[in-house]
Amino acid sequence: MGHYLNIIVKAVFIENLPLSFFLGMCTFLAISKKVKTAMGLGLAVLIIMIVTVPLNNLILTNLLQPGALAWAGYPRLDLTFLGLLIYIGVIAAVVQILEMILDRFAPALYNTLGIYLPLLTVNCAILGAALFMVERHYTFLESTAYGFGAGGGFFLAVVTLAGIREKLEYADPPAGLRGLGLSFIIAGLMAMAFMGLSGLEV
Amino acid sequence: MSESKRELIFSPILNRNPIALLVLGICSALAVTGQLATAFVMSICVMAVTACSSLIISLVRNRIPSSVRIGAQIMIIATLVILIDQILKAYFFSLSKQLSIYVGLIITNCIIMGRAEGFAMSNPPLASFLDGIGNGLGYGFILMTTAFIRELLGSGSLFGYQILPLTVNGGWYERNGLLLLPASAFFIIALLIWLLRSMYPEQQEKD
Repeated sequence: MGHYLNIIVKAVFIENLPLSFFLGMCTFLAISKKVKTAMGLGLAVLIIMIVTVPLNNLILTNLLQPGALAWAGYPRLDLTFLGLLIYIGVIAAVVQILEMILDRFAPALYNTLGIYLPLLTVNCAILGAALFMVERHYTFLESTAYGFGAGGGFFLAVVTLAGIREKLEYADPPAGLRGLGLSFIIAGLMAMAFMGLSGLEV
Repeated sequence: MSESKRELIFSPILNRNPIALLVLGICSALAVTGQLATAFVMSICVMAVTACSSLIISLVRNRIPSSVRIGAQIMIIATLVILIDQILKAYFFSLSKQLSIYVGLIITNCIIMGRAEGFAMSNPPLASFLDGIGNGLGYGFILMTTAFIRELLGSGSLFGYQILPLTVNGGWYERNGLLLLPASAFFIIALLIWLLRSMYPEQQEKD
């Protein structure tokens, strides 16, 4: 249990996707002007990561890995080069399905998350989490924990940034720095603060 | 070359820069800028993918049903990225290890999707190709500038060659550890945006 908890803590704090790997930056900066919308986006990312990372892990171990198709009579087939195409396809499909399910069964949640869901197909944090899962050879349970942690880390970072940016409305920066420039600097300071957590272990 | 074509290539570099103005494709821009060599390779890869995907998408634009266009665009882009990834692995193995997952992440680089959706779907192939090259150059410009500052001041070298002799090797330059940290990329890009927006005041954000 401790092992899985450790993966979660590491993914949330130490290897936070937006702040230490710069993944999902576009959405991270674009949709962090208000805490409320940031919560919606963070939640959508969290849900999609919890679903897609383990799903991609299953596909990798059962279809793509060398020897995975031995039952079908291809013991030496190695399809890992198709990985990128499959992962992005899975993500796009899950996003689409999730959108339809939410629309049918939880219209209130759909109205909150609706506009962000299609955006998330091209969010690098989600594809990045899948690729890290491949690179680190996680098992199925480990990748579930990792998906949860990575999504939680994104949620935490985007809500914090939105909170700071709401306060910034009272600031009066130089005209050229207003908006995007200042957000970059804040994100940089947050990244440095998160670095203070490195070495943390459960 | 006619005026409009030159504009397609050169205007995304300074006055319509995809990173600084439109906040597109920053994810990878920050992560690979610790060294000039990786930034250079990354710029080339992104430029190649943007140009080729714009060309191909523009060629088939009248045959893609609009309800599945995003999926179709992603499949074209993903195929091109797999090609690039395989080429890097075959001929520049150590570089491809350094770039690790960021080559794969070119797929989700919003610049490419943005140009495919915003330009290539409604323009002829040649113009789309040039537009792709231009936006790749704009991306490369920010990447190379950031990497230049980070590598020169952070480790005293350019492209791996020692320019400023370091104190640890008996030279005079004390290296600036901050610039080797990922966080410094945020600050440098923020300063670049400030510079660009001071040069082109029409890019400034209103409250």
